[in-house]
Amino acid sequence: MSVLLIAEHNNKDIKPFTFNAISAASKINEDVHVLVLGSNSDSVAKSISEVPNVKKVIHINNEIYENYLAENYTSVITKLSSSYSHIICSANTFGKNLMPRIAALLDVSQVSDIIKVISEDTFLRPIYAGNAFATVKSNDKIKCVTVRPTSFDPAPTSGGSAEIQNGDPGDATQLSKFVKKEEIKSDRPELGTARIVVSGGRGMQSGENFKLITAVADKLNAAIGASRAAVDAGYITNDHQVGQTGKVVVPDLYIAIGISGAIQHLAGMKESKVIVAINKDGEAPIFSVADYGLEADLFDALPKFLEELNKLNTIQK
Amino acid sequence: MKILVAVKRVIDYNVQIRVKEDGSGVVTDNVKMSTNPPDDNAIEEAVKIKEAGKASEIIAISVGDEKAQETVRKALAVGADKGILVKADGIIEPLAVSKILKKIVEKEKPDLVFMGKQAIDDDCNQTGQMLAALLNWPQATFASKIEVKEKSLEVTREIDEGLETLEVNIPAIVTCDLRLNEPRYASLPNIMKAKKKPIEQINASDLGVDTKPRIEQIKVEEPPKRKAGIKVASVEELVHKLKNEAKVI
Repeated sequence: MSVLLIAEHNNKDIKPFTFNAISAASKINEDVHVLVLGSNSDSVAKSISEVPNVKKVIHINNEIYENYLAENYTSVITKLSSSYSHIICSANTFGKNLMPRIAALLDVSQVSDIIKVISEDTFLRPIYAGNAFATVKSNDKIKCVTVRPTSFDPAPTSGGSAEIQNGDPGDATQLSKFVKKEEIKSDRPELGTARIVVSGGRGMQSGENFKLITAVADKLNAAIGASRAAVDAGYITNDHQVGQTGKVVVPDLYIAIGISGAIQHLAGMKESKVIVAINKDGEAPIFSVADYGLEADLFDALPKFLEELNKLNTIQK
Repeated sequence: MKILVAVKRVIDYNVQIRVKEDGSGVVTDNVKMSTNPPDDNAIEEAVKIKEAGKASEIIAISVGDEKAQETVRKALAVGADKGILVKADGIIEPLAVSKILKKIVEKEKPDLVFMGKQAIDDDCNQTGQMLAALLNWPQATFASKIEVKEKSLEVTREIDEGLETLEVNIPAIVTCDLRLNEPRYASLPNIMKAKKKPIEQINASDLGVDTKPRIEQIKVEEPPKRKAGIKVASVEELVHKLKNEAKVI
């Protein structure tokens, strides 16, 4: 039987984590079908059809899918589910919101946030903020699985030509309606997929001081992250939060500045390839995961750091 | 308006957990337990709505072993009016919890159900959405702001791209984010008063819900440890190492 993957998109562009989820889906079964629910979303269906791992695209174009509502998605997905062994999507706010609603209606116990496919019914997933890994086997007939996107490489985006099949919409909900979305636009790399992330914590002391982080991030072409403390204090918006209840990032380089390193923050970044910590408290737990720790006042260290970076002839992009 | 708030007893968020040597789970004996943090936000929000005169009764419910009563008691000390403990042993998966909660909703007929967006032990992030599905109610997950209107709620949600606002008809399920509010501490007089508030005890088996896990937990292990790092003496050394040793810039 085939695997059904639910695409995340904005009717124009595919959200990057969809490609990571496709690659996880291919590890379960090569016969990956992707469902695109959208409005005026032909370009999305076409782009997905060009992903070599995708064998079929089911495209349902209807105005009820203009904005993403889990209620609307669920009715059509449960109808399609009988032809599939697995239903899969990313374990980001899109998939976390959607998948349990599907699973409950199918009477399936969902497997959340997998980081490895061991076999088609057995998966590895982190629990307790990543302080333990559980190997779990799903015994349900249909398996509802969400995938931690940063644990899987994105699937290639071109070279394929899957069939695009048009489908009929499900029922439209009368229970909820979309009001608005306040999206923070930025020219920087996305936090979830950036090669370098520079993050600030409570030690930054104010939102104004985050400009020190911005300057370093500009130089390194990095995304900007933050600890929950910095977001709670209003220094920066919630979309920057890294941690157990925020985003999980796995960049090549993670620079934690003025972040003490609570368990909940480490959960979101400790798989990064190289970790740098700059903190004036030499006992801060962040140093226990840092490859390079600098015990220093960040207000002295950051301007110097920028100065040293400026001296380099080349910086990798 | 009546609000049902679901709370879970979990290992305290400050505890560094330990994996059992036989791989069967994590050590919970003699470990500090607390209310799941975002469940505290759920209770707080319900109490605020009641204080604003928009709700008349708050019921706190927990599903778990006998000791989960402490978690219900804490919710009563913060402002819930009555408690329910549904007793069940072992691992109760979110699907089973949502089926239990559905039975309680059918009996108590609340207008709103609040709970935390995710439990910090199993990190599943499922129960609220599952309950919404089973009841065919609308869901507003990861709420950072709730505005109560006449027949609906306007809920601001924290999503990856920023914020989203939904309007959901009442009855509805809301799962709460940590930034929804600042949970209050229970005062001593309120803790004493809470001891007199009723907690109804029900056995999960009496509700006719099958709580047997569907997912087999094959093993639990420690994650791979990171290699110990080094301390650098200066910014110059740091940049030099990043460029020439780690080769990441």
